Amino acid sequence: MHPSFCFMVRISPATVVFKDRGVNVKGYIFKRVGFMIVTLFVIVTATFFLMQLIPGTPFTNPEKLTEKQLVILNAKYGLDQPVAIQYLKYIGNLLQGDLGYSFQYEGRTVFSMIGDRIGPSAFIGLQALIFGSIIGLLLGIFSALKHNSVYDYLSVTIAVLGMSIPSFVFAALLQYYVGVKLEWLPVALWEGYSSTILPSFALSVTVIATVARFIRSEMLEVLGQDYVTTARAKGLSEWTVIVKHVTRNALIPVVTMLGPLAVSIMTGTLVIEKIFSVPGLGEQFTLSILVLDYSVIMGITLFYSGLFILVVFLVDILYGLLDPRIDYKGAEQS
Amino acid sequence: MKENILDVDNLHVSFKTRNGEITAVKGVSFSLKKGETLAIVGESGSGKSVTAKSIMRLLPKHSAVIPQGEIKFEGQDLLELSLKDMQQVRGSKISMVFQDPMTSLNPTMKIGKQIMEGLKKHQTLTKSEARQRALEMLELVGIPNAKKRLDAYPHQFSGGMRQRVVIAMALACIPQVLIADEPTTALDVTIQAQILQLMKNLQEKMDTAIVLITHDLGVVANMADKVAVMYAGEVVEYGTLDEIFYETQHPYTLGLLGSMPNLNAKRSEPLIPIPGSPPDLATLGTGCPFAARCPYTMAVCHDYHPRKTELSESHSVLCWLQDSRTPENHAPETVGSAQR
Repeated sequence: MHPSFCFMVRISPATVVFKDRGVNVKGYIFKRVGFMIVTLFVIVTATFFLMQLIPGTPFTNPEKLTEKQLVILNAKYGLDQPVAIQYLKYIGNLLQGDLGYSFQYEGRTVFSMIGDRIGPSAFIGLQALIFGSIIGLLLGIFSALKHNSVYDYLSVTIAVLGMSIPSFVFAALLQYYVGVKLEWLPVALWEGYSSTILPSFALSVTVIATVARFIRSEMLEVLGQDYVTTARAKGLSEWTVIVKHVTRNALIPVVTMLGPLAVSIMTGTLVIEKIFSVPGLGEQFTLSILVLDYSVIMGITLFYSGLFILVVFLVDILYGLLDPRIDYKGAEQS
Repeated sequence: MKENILDVDNLHVSFKTRNGEITAVKGVSFSLKKGETLAIVGESGSGKSVTAKSIMRLLPKHSAVIPQGEIKFEGQDLLELSLKDMQQVRGSKISMVFQDPMTSLNPTMKIGKQIMEGLKKHQTLTKSEARQRALEMLELVGIPNAKKRLDAYPHQFSGGMRQRVVIAMALACIPQVLIADEPTTALDVTIQAQILQLMKNLQEKMDTAIVLITHDLGVVANMADKVAVMYAGEVVEYGTLDEIFYETQHPYTLGLLGSMPNLNAKRSEPLIPIPGSPPDLATLGTGCPFAARCPYTMAVCHDYHPRKTELSESHSVLCWLQDSRTPENHAPETVGSAQR
C-alpha cells in the first residue's frame, strides 16, 4: 500500500460521539476500548490465515535440511498440527501475553526482537513526524496568508509533488545527491545521529505535503469566517488576529490528521528502513516476511495495528479536549 | 446644536471582479451627531454594508479598491490613517456589531476572554480589572448569571444571548460610534425587539451615536433620528425620520413604505411590492438606476442621472421629479403628499 493511500481516509470530527449527551466520558472510553479489542482480534485472525496461504514454511527456504530434521523442527514448533489447532494455540498464548518464539533465530522471543528493533524506528519516525508537521504547518500557513501569490502556487506545487511521489523515490534521490555526490551525510547504515537525518527526511516528505495542504485549506476557510472580521473590528493587530483567532481554529481539525499520518510513517518505514539499512522494526518485518518467520510476522503486525488503533483513539480524545464544542459534560450545561 | 462626530463625504467604493471594476458605493454622504441614530436603509446589494465596512476599513483587501472620498471622524480622515492608527480607532472609538451572532463569535474562545481582548488592547487594565469590566458589560447587556457565563463558550448561548454578548463586546470601550450591520436580521421577532430596546438603553447611557444598517422600516421607525435610503450604491433620499416617513419624496422610498405591512390595514389589503429587481451594478446605464422600476418615469430618467435636490436643511433627494427644471405638474400627487 502506498503511504499516501491512508490520507484518503480522513477521520472526520463527526466520528467523535461526545456530542451524545447521554454518554459520559467513561462510558465512551469503555466502548471504544471494547471496539479496539474486537478490531485487533479480527486483524490477528485475518493475518494468521492469510500468512498460512503463502506457499512454503519457515523451514523450506534457508538451508538444506534432511527429511528427518524437517519432521523434528515441524514438531518442535507445532507446524505438524492442523492450522485450526495452531490458530487456537496462538490465540491462547496471546491471551497470556505470549507472542511466541522466532522461527529464524533460535531461542529468541518475538517480544525481545520487537524491543530490540523499536528504538531506531521510533526515533526516525518521531523525528519525521515532528519535523514534517512543523515544516508543513509553516508552509501551509504562509501559503494561506499569501493566498493566490507566487509563494502560494509554489508551496501548493511542492505539496502536490510531495503527496504524489512515493517516499522511496525521494530516498533514492537523497542518497544519490546528498550522500554520494555531496558526501554531506551517510548514504546508509546506522552510525550516530547523522545517519538518522536522510531517512527521517525521506519519511517526512509526505507528512509535509499532507499537513501543508490541509492547514492551507483550513486557514482559508477560517479567514473567511465572520468572527475573524469581528476580531479585526475589535482593533486587534493583524498578528493577534492570525495567531489567536485564525491559526488556533485552523489547527484543531489538523489534529485528526495525526492518526493517518502516523500510519503513513509506519508503512513508510517498511521501505525506507530497507533502503537506508536502518536496523528498525520495518526492516525486521520485511525480512521476516521473506523468510516466513510466522511468529515475528504476527507479532509485528499486531504491534503496528495496535499502535495505529491507539493513535486514532488518542486523537479522538484529544480532539474532544481541544474543541469546546465537542462537549462530554453536556448534560450539566443548559 | 451638537457637533458632527462622523462625517462621510462623497464616498466611493469599488471592487475588482472578473468583469472589471464595479462601483458598489457612489458618492455617499451623511453625517452623525453625538448620541444620534442614523439608519441606512435599502435592499440587498444597495451598498449599505459596504458603506459600513469602509468606515471601519474592513473591506476585503484583495478585491476592494481603496475607497475614495472622506470619512471624517473627530476631524481626522479615517481613510488616510495608517493601519496601526486605524486599529486604535477600531473597537475603542468606533465599534461594529455584525448581522449573524451565530458566526460572529470565535467558537473556541471563552466569551469573557473575547470581551477582554478589546479592553486590554485599548485600555491599560490589569487582567483582573479587564475581567471585572467584562463582567460589568455582560451584566449591562442582561446576561443572567454573568459571572459564571464569562467562562462559557459561544455555543452554550442562544442566538439572542450571543447578540447581547456581541453588543457587550462592541460597547466595552464605550465607543463614540457604534455601527450595527443588520443586528437583528438573524434573530426571531420577539428577540429583535429586546435587542433593539437594549441598544436604545445603552445608547442613552453611553451617549453613543449609532449607524444602524437595516432593511426593516419598522426597526427604522423605532430607532432612527435620521434616515439615508440607499439604492444601487447611492443615497437616493436623506432626511430626518419624519421627513422620510411623512414627506416622502423619492419613488423608491415610497415603494419601500408601500411594501411594509401595516398592523391597522385590512387583511384583504395586499402589500404593494416594488416591481422588478435591483439593477446589476456592472451594467448600469447613464440614467437613474431606479428608472426601470419607477412608476413615475419620465423620458429624462432613462438617459440622465438626476442631481441632488435639497428640499430643506436636512432633507435631500436624488430624483428628477423634484428637480427644479422639471415642470411643476409633472410630479404625481402621491409623491410628496403625506402618506399617512
